[in-house]
Amino acid sequence: MSAPPVYLDAATAAPLHPVARQALLAALDDGWADPAKLYARARRARQLLDAAREATAQTLGVRPDELSFTPGGTAAAHSAVLGGLAGRRRAGDTLVHSAIEHSAVLHAAQRHVADGGTAVSVPVDRLGRLDRDAWSAAVAAPGVAVAALIAASHEVGTVQPVAEAGAACAAAGVPLAVDAAQVVGRLPVPAGWSILTASAHKWGGPPGVGLLVVRKGTRWESPWPADEREAGRTPGVVNLPAVVAAAASLRAVAADAAAEAARLAPLVDLIRARVAAEVPDVEVVGDPVERLPHLVTFSCLYVDGEALLHALDRRGFAVSSGSSCTSSTLRPSHVLEAMGVLSHGNVRVSLHRETTAAEVDRFLAELPQVIAELRAEAGVVGL
Amino acid sequence: MTVPAELLDCRGQRCPLPVIAVARRLPELPVGTVVRVLADDPAAAVDIPAWCRMRGQEFVGRITGPDGPGYDVRRSV
Repeated sequence: MSAPPVYLDAATAAPLHPVARQALLAALDDGWADPAKLYARARRARQLLDAAREATAQTLGVRPDELSFTPGGTAAAHSAVLGGLAGRRRAGDTLVHSAIEHSAVLHAAQRHVADGGTAVSVPVDRLGRLDRDAWSAAVAAPGVAVAALIAASHEVGTVQPVAEAGAACAAAGVPLAVDAAQVVGRLPVPAGWSILTASAHKWGGPPGVGLLVVRKGTRWESPWPADEREAGRTPGVVNLPAVVAAAASLRAVAADAAAEAARLAPLVDLIRARVAAEVPDVEVVGDPVERLPHLVTFSCLYVDGEALLHALDRRGFAVSSGSSCTSSTLRPSHVLEAMGVLSHGNVRVSLHRETTAAEVDRFLAELPQVIAELRAEAGVVGL
Repeated sequence: MTVPAELLDCRGQRCPLPVIAVARRLPELPVGTVVRVLADDPAAAVDIPAWCRMRGQEFVGRITGPDGPGYDVRRSV
């Protein structure tokens, strides 16, 4: 009998939290009507939506009218960037962003450039830390409309200096959009942002729910065709059952976040230490200290990333990779590229509330053999 | 300008193959020798310098010629 599968890709999607499941099932029965209509069913749906917004805003420490639910984290990131640019078009047409933003932010930047705008990418160091001086200079330059910084890298886990970057933006009068997808529900939300985005399936909510928070007083204009839903920030009827489930699960994970971080961070430390010690020719990447509690990335010399994912999958381990052979574009991860670290043979392991020490131990026990076998097959042992 | 002593044509190969090619060949050459790796896989631009760093070899630089991108590596250890 083979061992049960071990899911280690929470940074892509965390398993549905039991509270989310419960809330989702209840809201499917109770929350299918359009909350904007004027009858009892609709009012019930409106109550559920208002309660979800109230609870989520409270968890994030923001005002309910600053928060809109979007059809996902990607839509939220697009809205944050393009809406921030639209709202400040009189101030300029430059978007400043770190080199390690999520592809959703970079795709919005590409759209902006294709439309005639400018985008300035700020580099990071080998550990994936923002170049603070370059950032401060970039946001202070003339014509900057908005800046975008990921709160913590979704690929290597390095936590970014959001408060400091935000202070530089504030001094220049530039709003800062922060992608907090890997942070919300795990770490306290940093200060210093004007626009904040997150994604429910990263914390154990259902897929298809994003958060877009626009601070009062921020010049932000919807980049989408007009629609009055969600304070005019995101078009279309929200997926209310999923929103209710997202809100309920966020409250639950936020309550446990400190304890979970304290439980998972030592497991990540263990992975960092044992992979470096027990796998030859491996580079464990990302900041070893200023990092997310649940995520670790490493690259194995001479190993094909896709072959590695398949070999791990055959043993029941689900992980992710930034190697080019695993991407549809056949390009290496822009994050690993910006850091200047090895991109092939790359594995990202991300833990969640159901991850046990025994699972991590099994992964660490089997990994060296998996890599040794792949190297033997490729004839690269001893290189 | 560095004149490479040898050309490794890895065009059409996906990473990690160009890195493996340089890892095989470089130790066979005298210290100080420069090898040019022709590689059109975009990952080579990241991985050849990273390999040099991990192995203590010198990454001389990237060149763009008629044959596409090339990466010069000098054996230093």
